[in-house]
Amino acid sequence: MTYSDEARARLDKDAQRILARYPMKRSAILPLLHLVQSEEGFVSPDGIAFCAETLDVGTAEVSAVATFYTQLRRRPAGEYHVGVCTNTLCALMGGDAIWEALRDHVGVDHHGTTRDGKITLERLECNAACDYAPVVMVNWEYFDNQTPESVKELVDDLRAGKDVTPTRGADKVCTFKEVSRILAGFGDGRANEGPSAGPASLAGLETDGGRKGAAS
Amino acid sequence: MTALTPVLSSRWAEPRSWTLETYESGGGYVALAKALKSAPADVIRVVKDSGLRGRGGAGFATAAKWGYLPPDDGGPRYLVVNADESEPGTCKDVPLLMASPHLLLEGLVIAAYATGVRQAFIYLRGEVVHVHRRLLQALDEARAKGYLGRNILGSGLDLEVTLHAGAGAYICGEETALLSSLEGYRGQPRLRPPYPAVSGLYSRPTIINNVETIASLPGILGRGAAWFASMGTRDAKGHAFFSLSGHVNRPGQYEAPFGITLRELIQAAGGMRPGRRLKFWTPGGSSSELLTVKHLDVPLDHESVGAVGSQLGTRGIQVFDDTACVVRAVARWTDFYRHESCGKCTPCREGTFWLTQVLDRIEKGKGTRADLDRLLETCTSIRGRSLCALGDGATMTIVSSLEHFKAEYAAHIDGHGCPFDPRQTALFSSPGAKEADA
Ligand SMILES: Cc1cc2nc3c(=O)[nH]c(=O)nc-3n(C[C@H](O)[C@H](O)[C@H](O)COP(=O)(O)O)c2cc1C
Ligand code: SF4
Ligand code: FES
Repeated sequence: MTYSDEARARLDKDAQRILARYPMKRSAILPLLHLVQSEEGFVSPDGIAFCAETLDVGTAEVSAVATFYTQLRRRPAGEYHVGVCTNTLCALMGGDAIWEALRDHVGVDHHGTTRDGKITLERLECNAACDYAPVVMVNWEYFDNQTPESVKELVDDLRAGKDVTPTRGADKVCTFKEVSRILAGFGDGRANEGPSAGPASLAGLETDGGRKGAAS
Repeated sequence: MTALTPVLSSRWAEPRSWTLETYESGGGYVALAKALKSAPADVIRVVKDSGLRGRGGAGFATAAKWGYLPPDDGGPRYLVVNADESEPGTCKDVPLLMASPHLLLEGLVIAAYATGVRQAFIYLRGEVVHVHRRLLQALDEARAKGYLGRNILGSGLDLEVTLHAGAGAYICGEETALLSSLEGYRGQPRLRPPYPAVSGLYSRPTIINNVETIASLPGILGRGAAWFASMGTRDAKGHAFFSLSGHVNRPGQYEAPFGITLRELIQAAGGMRPGRRLKFWTPGGSSSELLTVKHLDVPLDHESVGAVGSQLGTRGIQVFDDTACVVRAVARWTDFYRHESCGKCTPCREGTFWLTQVLDRIEKGKGTRADLDRLLETCTSIRGRSLCALGDGATMTIVSSLEHFKAEYAAHIDGHGCPFDPRQTALFSSPGAKEADA
């Protein structure tokens, strides 16, 4: 393994906290895989070996699990993962046009990464925000009601190193590594940022029927 | 006109609605305190009397599901909240957890108390990082305040809750695949029986419920079964989210009693886009048969939607107007099932692959009339022959669209291309798109 001593000690400490959450060790495999992604930005051979050692299972077993899940990356990728939902609802509401415009603008295709290492593009399946279609995700934060123009501006800002603010999320989009650490179960103190809900989530409250019928 | 009934969403507009402070100021955790003063069997009886049915898709009676747990043998039993929300069109659990995570946690403690569980899990899809932040914080707040942990509110109940992030796989929402994934394996379904209530996580008795199901419990325990059962229809009681997306003026979450109709929901949502008419819709996500303008007045409850040949499912209602190409819509959904098929059984793995090939060439104007029969044959070979409901789900929009819109498939084949302009379907206007003809 090529982790520095410092990195290895830090990972070991986090891994122990993850293991403590489960009655059976092996259940910790997904959070551990998110954890190793937070170290290197992808699941490296070192990351696989670390998980295997922590869980007392073979590296082949860890690989078999890791390859099943689309959020786990098998090779180095961009600091910002930009996903365009092209499942039916978003696609027809404009997601397909957004995807084409973005792909041409950035110059890489599905799963491609820009040469500056900033942006990886992906076509996404439904991300549970159809009422905000068309939806784009940057490092798994919501960018609701997008257009081809808004998304081109968004990636330009990301590549220029500017902070970008999701529609419903933290005050700024964190890096892919930072976000992976949250998915490993470690909060980053940003829970109180952003709104309670976007306008579509509140739509039913804001109709006459909603006010009149409020069952509270 | 059926009035909307915002219950779970009623406080989402409040500032910092996600904090324990806001939740408590609105009467949060009072229902829990009340529930802990009665016996677990009494809590189950209230849930039974309320008529609560699962909100994750199948609509199974919640108290009945809990009733399948074997008697306590002294060993562990588990409760798993299904927060994987990935069925296309379904978008209710994520906003609920973002705005009101304590509603789930309060319901979770009530459910754990009723079923004798001391360790619970929340399996939350990984692709929603801000929801992870809010839930992690809510768990910390609840532990610090004694709503979780040891001897909760002095009742003697101990409960630990672990938030578990998925990593991108629709199939992990299927309950047995979810358990495989939570045990640390590839998320592939298992044959039932045994049902999870008997042999689930780590082969121990396990209850799996949807987020909205569990979040409905504080209201039921706080306000009573009769209050809950006063909403809805004879067999489908209570309030539920109807998630409207697509070509309506105000897409969003509409909490209403079962039995509301699409016509009423579209009215609440400000109507269809100007100058456009309803063409087709999914009542329950993409794993339900498409319905049309003929079904505007069907009461949206499990039995009535079943009677017109579809399923209420997740109430993920995707609405498309007359600019939308049904072949394009169905081809894209089918591609989703191909992508998400876990590969464990042949009819689904191979079948979804063939379906996408055929649909793709029809959409591009390269199909033949024989392809339409091929589609139906392939659907027949998947339906009922797959290990889990994903395979069945893949066929729903295909078979129903061929029933309602066969002429549109024929138009693609005979006209050697798609007769629709995708620019008109999009919500933003693109250069060259024709104006909506009123
Ligand atoms: C392919 C597939 C995906 C599913 N995805 C979900 C999901 O994301 N969330 C959910 O609650 N149920 C989902 N279900 C249904 C679950 O298997 C299960 O029935 C449900 O979680 C039970 O909860 P309930 O009784 O509270 O409805 C899915 C089922 C299938 C077949
Ligand atoms: S039906 Fe499809 S998703 Fe379900 S077990 Fe078979 S291959 Fe996997
Ligand atoms: S289809 Fe895009 S979020 Fe649901």
